[in-house]
Amino acid sequence: MTALAVRVIACLDVHDGRVVKGVRFRDLVDAGDPVASAGAYATAGADEVVFLDVSASRESRGTLLDTVAATAAEVGIPLTVGGGVRSVDDVDTLLRAGADKVSINTAAMADPLLLTRVADRFGCQVLVLSVDARRCARATGSGFEVTTHGGMRGTGVDALQWITEGERRGAGEILLNSMDADGTRDGFDLQLIRAARAVTSLPLIASGGAGEAGHFPPAVSAGADAVLAASVFHFGLLTIPEVKSALGAAGVSVRVLPATCH
Amino acid sequence: MIAAGPPVVVFDYGSGNIRSVARALTAAGCAVTVSDDLPTARSAAGLVVPGVGAFAACRAALREAGGDDLIRERYARGAAVLGICVGMQVMCEGSAEHADQRDSADVTGLGLLPGHLVRLTAPIVPHMGWNLIDPAPGSALFTDEPGQRYYFVHSYAVPWPPPAAADPPVADAHLRVTTADYGGRFIAAIESGPLAGTQFHPEKSGPAGVALLRRWRATL
Repeated sequence: MTALAVRVIACLDVHDGRVVKGVRFRDLVDAGDPVASAGAYATAGADEVVFLDVSASRESRGTLLDTVAATAAEVGIPLTVGGGVRSVDDVDTLLRAGADKVSINTAAMADPLLLTRVADRFGCQVLVLSVDARRCARATGSGFEVTTHGGMRGTGVDALQWITEGERRGAGEILLNSMDADGTRDGFDLQLIRAARAVTSLPLIASGGAGEAGHFPPAVSAGADAVLAASVFHFGLLTIPEVKSALGAAGVSVRVLPATCH
Repeated sequence: MIAAGPPVVVFDYGSGNIRSVARALTAAGCAVTVSDDLPTARSAAGLVVPGVGAFAACRAALREAGGDDLIRERYARGAAVLGICVGMQVMCEGSAEHADQRDSADVTGLGLLPGHLVRLTAPIVPHMGWNLIDPAPGSALFTDEPGQRYYFVHSYAVPWPPPAAADPPVADAHLRVTTADYGGRFIAAIESGPLAGTQFHPEKSGPAGVALLRRWRATL
C-alpha cells in the first residue's frame, strides 16, 4: 500500500445558500447552513469538501459566492465547488471567493475548449472534470455514455473517451459519478471505476451508490484514489470515521485525525 | 483589526489562494497583512510567498511585483521567508515545467534553495491528497509525531537526494530537508537559514497545517 491516503470526500448539495438535504449533525445549531455543515465534516475528518450548486438562477450565484467565501474562511481543508460553471470567468470568480478547485461538467460537453482555457489560465490542479456516466444501449465503444444536466440528458458520447480527452485538455482530476448506481445505496459502480482507471492516470474520485461502510474498500480496489458520498453522510447513515475505519481495516491508507479531548 | 503576534505579510503578487493562507496564519497566531506593498513586505517579521499554478507564470508574476529583490534582500539580512508550493519552488534553482508544454527549456528559479524540479514519475499524477512526511532531524517546522499528514497537490517536485550527475553534494550544514515519497523521494519541506518552504499546503492541511505554521511563527 502506498503512503498517500485515500481521500474521503463529503459532498453537499447547495441551493440558494442552503443545504438541500437535511443534515443531521449533532450539536449543529443550523443543519441547513453549508458553512457549519462543511465545518462539521472537516472536524469529523473529511479530507475534502465539495459544494454542488444545484440552484438554477443567476441571482443565486452571488449567494453561492458568499457561502464559498465564508466556508474558505472557516474550513482548513480543500474545497471544490461545482454546478453551473460555464466560463473562465465563473472559475475565476469561484477561486477568488476561496474555492481551491472547480468542477466542470455540462459546459465542457458543449465546449471542450473550456477545459483547455481553464487549465492554461489557472493550472490543472484547480480543474476537476465531473463525468456523469451511465450504461447505454447506444453504440459507444465502452458501453458507458456521458450524461448532462444532472443525468437527465444522454449525449451518446463515450464516457471513457471523454475522460481521455479531459485529461489531454488539462483536467487535474476526474470526478466519476455513476448515474446507474447513484441513489441506489447498493454500492459503487465497480465496473465503471475499473474501466475509467484503465484509461486515465489522473486522480479518480468515485461517486454514486455508497450505502454502507463496506462499500468503500471495493471502490478503492477497483482503482479509486478518493471516494465521495453525499446522502449517506447527510442523513447520518454513515460517519466519516466509520468509512475510514472500514478502509483502514481493509489495508487502505487513510488520514486519521489525532485523538482530541471530548 | 487588533491582532497580537508577530507581523506577517502574505505577499499578494497575483498567485494563490491568499484568503486561505491568511486564515491559517491568523489561526496560528500571526498578525497577518495581505499586501503587495514592498516596504510593508520588507519590514514584516515574516514574509509568506504563496503560489499555485504553473512555475513560469508564478515566476514571472513574482519578478514583476518586485518579489525577487524582496526575497533576496530579506535572505541576505536573515529575515524569515516561507514559500508555499510554487512559492517554495521559485526559490529553488529551476524547473523542467514549462507553461506551453512544448519546449523543454529549464525555467530558472531564484537559486536560494537547492534543486531542480522535475515531473513526478508516479503512476497517478498530480500527487493530490494527504501524504506522510519524513521530518528532517533538527527541523523547526516538524515534530516527531508519527503519522502526521499534509495536503499536497503538485505534478513537479525536487528529487531528494539530488540525482548524482546533476548536482554536486550540497555542503550546507544548516540545510534541513524533509522528504515525502510519491514515486520517489522529493523535498516536502526545506529550511535553510531564514528561508523555509513547503511543497504541501499547510493552509489546507487542517489542524496539522496550523500547528506547523505556529511552529514557523515561533521562529520569528
